[in-house]
Amino acid sequence: MEQKIIIDLKNISIKFDEEQVLTDLNLFIRDGEFVTLLGPSGCGKTTTLRIIAGFLEPDTGEVLFDGKRVNEIPPHKRQVNTIFQRYALFPHLNVFDNVAFGPRVKKMPAAEVKEKVEEMLALVNLKGFEKRNINSLSGGQQQRVAIARALANEPRVLLLDEPLGALDLKLRKDMQVELKSIQERLGITFIYVTHDQEEALSMSDNIVVMDEGVIQQIGTPTDIYNEPKNAFVADFIGESNILNGIMRQDYCVDFSGQRFECVDSGFAKDEPVDVVVRPEDIEVVAPEQGMLRGVVTSVVFRGVHYDIIVDIKDFKWLIQSTKCPEVDDEIGLVISPDSIHIMKKSVYSGTFGDYSSFSEEFDELSDLSEEEDE
Amino acid sequence: MNNKRGSKLITSPYLLWSLLFIIAPMFFVVYYSFTTETGAFTLEHIASLGKYAAIFARSIWFGVLATLICLLISFPVAYFIANSGSNVQRTLVALVMLPMWMNFLIRTYSWMSILQDTGIINTFLGKIGIGPFRLINTPGAVILGMVYNFLPFMILPLYSVMAKLDKSVIEAAQDLGGSKVTVLRKVIIPLSMPGIASGLTMVFVPSVSTFYISQKLGGGSFDLIGDVIERQFQQAYNYNLGAAISLVLMVLILLSMAFLNRFTSDEEGMVI
Repeated sequence: MEQKIIIDLKNISIKFDEEQVLTDLNLFIRDGEFVTLLGPSGCGKTTTLRIIAGFLEPDTGEVLFDGKRVNEIPPHKRQVNTIFQRYALFPHLNVFDNVAFGPRVKKMPAAEVKEKVEEMLALVNLKGFEKRNINSLSGGQQQRVAIARALANEPRVLLLDEPLGALDLKLRKDMQVELKSIQERLGITFIYVTHDQEEALSMSDNIVVMDEGVIQQIGTPTDIYNEPKNAFVADFIGESNILNGIMRQDYCVDFSGQRFECVDSGFAKDEPVDVVVRPEDIEVVAPEQGMLRGVVTSVVFRGVHYDIIVDIKDFKWLIQSTKCPEVDDEIGLVISPDSIHIMKKSVYSGTFGDYSSFSEEFDELSDLSEEEDE
Repeated sequence: MNNKRGSKLITSPYLLWSLLFIIAPMFFVVYYSFTTETGAFTLEHIASLGKYAAIFARSIWFGVLATLICLLISFPVAYFIANSGSNVQRTLVALVMLPMWMNFLIRTYSWMSILQDTGIINTFLGKIGIGPFRLINTPGAVILGMVYNFLPFMILPLYSVMAKLDKSVIEAAQDLGGSKVTVLRKVIIPLSMPGIASGLTMVFVPSVSTFYISQKLGGGSFDLIGDVIERQFQQAYNYNLGAAISLVLMVLILLSMAFLNRFTSDEEGMVI
């Protein structure tokens, strides 16, 4: 599906008061794609979205829409619409008038406006809500009005800035499915900003992982998960054990004092590398059967599986398994060759992927700080 | 139970205050309006108010003009202040309030010396070879005095509503294709309505009932209803007629406030 490129960002840089927010960002987005900009708070994802919407002008670089430069075009003349983080509905207008705002600004005849609004409200399952006051709606309903309002403008590209951030988990999951199906039905481009990696993985055609104003990796959800480019991506998307290793030759790597067979090649002989092993890919066996053996330091029940922390040569491994060893048990680990992913060393090496500080409380704290968004 | 008694105790000074200084005076205004000097019931005062119709009309006309001018000046000023950085905001709000720290009479007096035939403006104009113009003792001078004195009462409620306006709502309107004018007309003005209504009331009410400004800047040739009331009490000692005029003025103000309140939706109410 080689679609034509609808949005092309070329060498975009922008500073807010001496703080470099985006550095030489290059990104193109194909027509009809569902692209997610994923990253922690302050990584520049919302800034990127606001540049595409026209609320910000980059200091350097070009924004191309359909191949034409749009840097100086104000937001109201762009063929993109935004769904804002807190919906930004017009509190003085009812549901109908909110959705009708765009068509009316475009001087659409009243009969067509009515038709359009009804079509949009049907699309988001809000039939019969026309006369309702915005403040009487629940968060999920307000979200739907925001979607209908943006889509009523028939945008070529819909920008979504953490649209589900304010909803509870259950509703968020439902809306994810719904958004994805709306996107598929309308066939328009969605650019979705989130810090929730699960959301990104389940909805996107392509994910753009960002940190510190720099794109870390662009790829399909499976690529990003299975073949992370560096320790940041590996750690941000899902859980990862990231160890220092040395590539002895193609398909052969040393780490944790052992030699392992792997499926990666193309590294220099004896090149230091980062080795990623996903916790769910590790098999727990009896100590004598394991490739590695270690002592369990913590076991936490997670519902589907247990989070097991194992100390092997002072490196704390996270293992997700349905088996339940006791703390202080010695267990063995088996890692198959295709569970090992080798990455080149990067600035992020050594900063992620060790679970020595692992605790539930710590997890929650870092989740909280992420939610206080830009 | 204790709580109830406690809150009663706390509110009692205020209840006493409003009884003595709000309810009782109102009662006397009504009482005097409908009685003769000897205390007998009469409608004579109310009936005689017809001769002041022109003055009532002028007061309302001047009040409306001053209020609208205040609104036209204040809206962009308040919008500008509300969209400045927080330090600038604080400074500008302080500047808006600064004149209110000076005595009202002194402020009006200084306008007299500015507008006089030999005042600052005419002296300056004379130096560059034009004028002098008749500035003082004109309707314009009276309205200028009202606008100058009551402008902060328009800016502040507007500012406080605009400062709370969600910026993303304005962005959403732009995003949906609204040009600057459309966004102003369809979003910013409607959402500022509670502030506009408060400001209109807070400027209109004192403008309609003022007497000092019209005496000093109008030179006595533009009597407003406030002047008539003042004379009834201070010079003619006809408390009954004075009270009757006050009562009618009060009713007119209440009516105009009720009219203004229709602009604000029920939930939001007025800011001040």
